[in-house]
Order: sequence, then structure tokens, then C-alpha cells
Amino acid sequence: MTITPRELYQIGTYAAGNRLLDLDQRSVQAHGDRTNSITSGHRACQGCGEVLGARFVLDAAMRACDGKVVVSNSTGCLEVFSTPYPESAWQVPWVHSLFGNGAAVATGMAAGLRAQGRDDIRVVGQAGDGGTVDIGFGPLSGMFERNDDVLFVCYDNQGYMNTGVQRSGATPASAATANTKALGAEPGNIFGQGKDLPRIALAHEIPYVATATVADLHDLERKVAKAMTFRGARYLHVLVPCPLGWRSASHDTIKLARLATESGMFGVFEGERGDVTAVSPIRRQVPAEDYLRLQGRFAHLFGEHPRPDIVARLQEQADRTIARLGLLGAEPHDHTLEV
Amino acid sequence: MLEQVEGSRAVADVVARCRPQVVAAYPISPQTHIVEALSDRVRAGDLQDCTYLMVESELGALSACIGASVVGSRAYTATASQGLLYMAEALPNVSGLGLPIVMTVANRAIGAPINIWNDHSDVMSQRDCGWIQLFASSNQEAVDLHVQAFVIAERTSIPVMVCMDGFVLTHAVEEIDVPDQQAVDSFLPPFVPRQVLDPDEPITIGSMVGPDTFTEVKYLAAADQLAALEVIDEVADDFRASFARESGGLVRGYRSDDAAIVIVSLGSVHGSICDAVDGLRSEGLAVGALAVTCFRPWPEGQVTSALARATTVIVVEKAFSMGSGSIVGNDVRLALADLGATVFTAVAGLGGRPVTADIIRRLVADVRDGELEADVLHFIDVDRSVVARELAERRPARAGREAIR
Ligand SMILES: Cc1ncc(C[n+]2csc(CCOP(=O)(O)OP(=O)(O)O)c2C)c(N)n1
Ligand code: SF4
Ligand SMILES: [Mg+2]
Repeated sequence: MTITPRELYQIGTYAAGNRLLDLDQRSVQAHGDRTNSITSGHRACQGCGEVLGARFVLDAAMRACDGKVVVSNSTGCLEVFSTPYPESAWQVPWVHSLFGNGAAVATGMAAGLRAQGRDDIRVVGQAGDGGTVDIGFGPLSGMFERNDDVLFVCYDNQGYMNTGVQRSGATPASAATANTKALGAEPGNIFGQGKDLPRIALAHEIPYVATATVADLHDLERKVAKAMTFRGARYLHVLVPCPLGWRSASHDTIKLARLATESGMFGVFEGERGDVTAVSPIRRQVPAEDYLRLQGRFAHLFGEHPRPDIVARLQEQADRTIARLGLLGAEPHDHTLEV
Repeated sequence: MLEQVEGSRAVADVVARCRPQVVAAYPISPQTHIVEALSDRVRAGDLQDCTYLMVESELGALSACIGASVVGSRAYTATASQGLLYMAEALPNVSGLGLPIVMTVANRAIGAPINIWNDHSDVMSQRDCGWIQLFASSNQEAVDLHVQAFVIAERTSIPVMVCMDGFVLTHAVEEIDVPDQQAVDSFLPPFVPRQVLDPDEPITIGSMVGPDTFTEVKYLAAADQLAALEVIDEVADDFRASFARESGGLVRGYRSDDAAIVIVSLGSVHGSICDAVDGLRSEGLAVGALAVTCFRPWPEGQVTSALARATTVIVVEKAFSMGSGSIVGNDVRLALADLGATVFTAVAGLGGRPVTADIIRRLVADVRDGELEADVLHFIDVDRSVVARELAERRPARAGREAIR
């Protein structure tokens, strides 16, 4: 295809940065010949981080595997908004079976392809956080433990959004959801650690584990491409803000993903065979409060009866993540050196 | 060639000769010997181009089969009892997606109380899940049904359960002719999937279907299911032509053509019933038996014609519907609605209690003596003194008709 160079207008976000790069360093999404694995016409909400994440991930996987990708998708928003019969937004071979069995279906796909000698076709399993950390955890852990040749991607919007925003094992402490309302002395979600699946995945010592967000497109695509250089079980956990469930503005999706990482509320790292091998350092640390304030699900912490005590506990959680991963002062990761 | 072999081993051998490309299973008695033997075959390299998956649960096993099937591989699993229930969510998913997976169900009771022995309560609980359900009356038939099952499943795009009684068949060593590789290959063509996930022609499988179309999808599935009756019959005919023995099909009568009393059953109990029939015939009674080989889809027409001349029909089943009564008996009753036969329904053999020819003979005697009421579920092998004592302690005796006998 022909490429017509355009003048660059810097608009004060990182978004234009892509166009400053040489053509071969630009993101997959910046290329006209991207696959459009998920195409227009789906019913995702305005500003949905999940559909953005899925698009980045699958287009990058398609690019990395020469278009030979098959996908298993667990029940959840992504499945529902993309396939209202007789339409489908998918331009990749795609199957939906159930809510809790996506990883096992992916395992079977990989096994079936292996039996046919079609190792050139690669399998991606994808699910929301509920389909990953809760109901789908058994098959996923089995897939990890057997080292089945699947890249499993969790789009973490921190709740059961498809069923009307109930809590999941990945919902942050104190967040208000439909079944953890901002009522009583301990408003919102119970104050626990949540289920930190990236670390649990790492504990399986599988070839590759990474976290990412929709705020750093280059990083996300690079991790998908890197995951595809490995055989065996790989896990990618992508933070995808959900305007409906988080009660945030639809134009704040990318901003929230960035604030989640810059506050340490979501740690971005990658690991191989059980060890953390790289982290995305925090460039300009912001208080957790900056991240929380933009979300209606945390409004009860700041309103008429503010709860600085709870905000402080959430900040402590962020500080622990920062310390554990060494997110302050770490060397930035040079994308161009890999893959 | 006839060989002395355990039922499970024979089934594993024949399944291996059906060349599955993915076997995914989770162990549960009495299915274990089947899947262990298949694991051996794959490890030893006897079964090539096959991936054996040791999954983390039965839901994982059937789901892995779903994945294998959607990429166009022939997939097989086996389970029983609690394992079948653990798969329950995926069962209608498989049939709904039209995936021709074959599964052995080594029939076992479901708990509580936990019980590892044979009855049909596992498979009966899933009778409406859209799978074809075939019942083996002997180990020879169990072996033969597996070859037929792959043909039926792949021809109809409907999954098939081959039900064989746990322990009674799975663990019984007897003379069985396991078709050799060449015979299986000439009967079972390579799998050509109806639809497949292929990067060259991307399709979406498993869409969300709303009220505007769901009914039509279900109607068509129901029509396909009934149309499968013909295929099942055809495949049994082809099998007879190729292997020179009677196996499978829809229903099979034993000395039933001129029988006034016919005893209907599913699975291996048919064997004891045939023994009882022989005994009763030698006493001059016109008694026969009918094995229902295909329970789902329900071969109503065949049941009706097979029982057309009977005046008394006795259904013996190894499961019942809690709070209602007979399961198979109700289907039989509907099939006979326009005929004059009186239908008696009896449950026996729950949780592995042996159903002997003597029990059957006593049942026939009771029916003839007017001891049993028609259209009521009778527990024919229950220890009445035990239950009477317990019932007396639980509640005051009530007047009126009791739902069960
Ligand atoms: C066995 C089962 N239980 C519950 C549901 C209802 N259900 C469908 S999607 C969903 C939540 C999905 O949450 P998640 O995986 O996080 O995906 P999201 O919609 O948030 O993207 C639930 C509870 C179901 N479909 N199946
Ligand atoms: S509810 Fe959230 S995850 Fe679902 S479509 Fe809307 S924004 Fe996306
Ligand atoms: Mg979610």
C-alpha cells in the first residue's frame, strides 16, 4: 500500500509520538495493513478499554504469526458485544464456548492442531477478569501447569461488567460495584489483596508472563509479539478501564490506565520462568488519589463524608507494588532492542 | 478375532482404532481403565497423531474436546457419574455447536450418598442435553457401538454418548471380538468437519443468539435430532453387513414377536432379562424382552411397533425421576398411548444392587398375579422392612395413595 507522509501536529499527549518514529518502528495499529481482527459494528460502550485492548492484542498477534491465529473467547462483555447473531465483528477464526472453560478450549485447540501437524497456527485464549481469575481459574491453572501452547490474555476491567458490574476477584478494595455498594462502615469492595493473577501465573514458572495497559500501545504490542516467540503457556494481563463499571468519563480511559500505572495501583512488568525480568518504571509518580478521584466507583472516598483512612490504605497497596517491583528509579525498558 | 479381555480394555482398543486426534480425560471410577489404557497407547506410540491431555477436571476434559473439534480434530473423552455432572454445563454447548464428540459414559450412580457402583442416574440426568445416547447391552455391543458412534456423530454433527454399565461391563472380562484396524478404517472414514476454525477462512463459532432467532435454532436442532434416528438405524445395518453381527440400532427384541408380556430395559440388565425370558418360555409363558439401544433420540415409532402385539409391558429401569416416577416408562407409555397394553414400571439395580434373572422372574409373577399396580413406579428390590421402619419413625402413617411402591 502507499503511504502519504502527513504533517505532524503535536497535541500534548503521547499519542502523536508514534508518528515521530520510523515506519518500521511504528505500532501495528499505525499500519494500514493491520488485520482489524475486531472490526467496526460491535456494541461496546464508548471509551471501552476492553475492545481497544483486544484489537491491539489480536492485531499484534496476527502480525507476529503471519495471520495464523485462532481464538477462544470466554463469555463476557467482549464476547457479547462482538457477536450478536447474525453479525460478528471478528475477522479472525473465533470460538466462544462458555464462561469458565476458555483456557481448556484453547488447550484443546492447540492439542488438535498439534495432532494435525499444524503447529504453524497459534492459539490465543481471551477472557475478562472474571473468566480468568475466578470461574476460569481451574482450567487456566491446568493450562499453565501442563505448559500447553497457548497465549492466554486477560482483559482486566476489574469486575463482572457483562452482568451489570458485580465484583470479581480482581476488583480493587473499596470499589463500589452492584453487589458491593458504598454502604456501611466498610463501603465498597471488601478490603483484601484481590487475586493477583499475574503473580500467580508467574509462580507456575511458565515461559512468559506480562502485564500491560491500554495506555502504552507500543509496550502492549511488543509484549504480544514477544509472547509469540515462545512456545508453551504464556499469560498476558491487560488493564482495560471500563467507563460503565468504573463510572468514569469515556474520554478518560487511556488517562486512567496511565494513572493506574503512574500511581503504582497497577504494576507493569514481564517475567520469564518464574522471575520478573523487566518492569515499566514510573515516570512521574502520582498519588493514588489522582487515579481514584476520576472514578465514580470510588466517589464515596471523597464526598461529603470523605474517607482519607481508606485512601491511605489504597496508597499503601500501591506503595507495596512499587516497592516489590522496584518501579521507582528502574531503568526504562528499551523497546527497540527486542523482538 | 475373539479374545478374553476386560470390557474397558476392549473399548480402549477400539477407540484407539477409531484414530482420535485428541483424547482428554479426567479419572473417575469406573471409567479409569479405559482412559489409562488409551494413555498407554499414546505413550507407547501405538496411537500416532494423537494428543492425550490429562486435564484438571471433567469440564476441562470436555472443553478441550470442544477446542479440538472446532479446529477439525476427532475428539474423544470418557467419564461417569459425578464427572458427567461436572461436565453438565458443556454438554448442551457441544450439541448446540454441533460438534461430533464421542464420549463413553461408564454408568454409575450419583451421590449423595456417594456410591461408585452402577445405575443410570448419571446419564438420565442429562437426557435432554442434545446428545445421542446409545446403551450397550453387552461388552461386544459396547465395542461395536464406539465404531458406530463416530460414524453417526460425524455424519449428523451430533455428539454421541456410548453408555456402558460401570463394573458390570467395564470391569468384566469376557470373550470379545475387537474389530481390527483395517476393519475400523474401512467402516469409519476420516473426519471431515462441518465447520472449522481456519485462518484462511475465518469464521465465528458460538455467537450470541437472541429471542428473534433462538427458537428457530432449537427447532432445527430438534429436527436434526429426530432425523438422526434414521442414520443410527442405517449405520447399524451397515455394521451388520460389514461385521456380520447385530449391534446398535434403535431397539432390539428378544423372543418378543409373539410375546404377550414384554420386558423393556436399557443396558446390560437386558442380559439377565433374556435369561429370565428363556426360563419363563420353557414354562410355556409367552414372554419376550426389548432392549432400547438408542434412548435419545427416542425411537418412538420403533418402540410402538416392537410392542404392538404385547398386552402387558414391563419397563425395568435403573434410575427414576425424584418426586415424579418413571423416566423410560413415561416415554414407553406415550409410545403405547394408542394401543391397549398395560404398562408397569419398575426401578431396580440402584447404586449397584444386582438385578438377577430371579428378580425379573418374581417381577413377572407379581404382575401376572395382580400384585402390582399399573402406571406407578415400583421399587422391586427394596428392603421393605428397612424403609417401613424408617418411615414409621419419620411421620405418622397417612391414608391414601402413595406415590411410590
Ligand atoms: C457459569 C456461568 N456463571 C455465570 C454467568 C454469567 N456471566 C456472564 S459474563 C459474567 C461476567 C463476566 O465478567 P468478566 O469475565 O470479568 O468479563 P467482562 O464482562 O467484565 O469483560 C457473568 C458472571 C455465565 N455466563 N456462566
Ligand atoms: S461495560 Fe465496560 S467492558 Fe463492557 S462494553 Fe462497556 S465499557 Fe466495555
Ligand atoms: Mg471484567
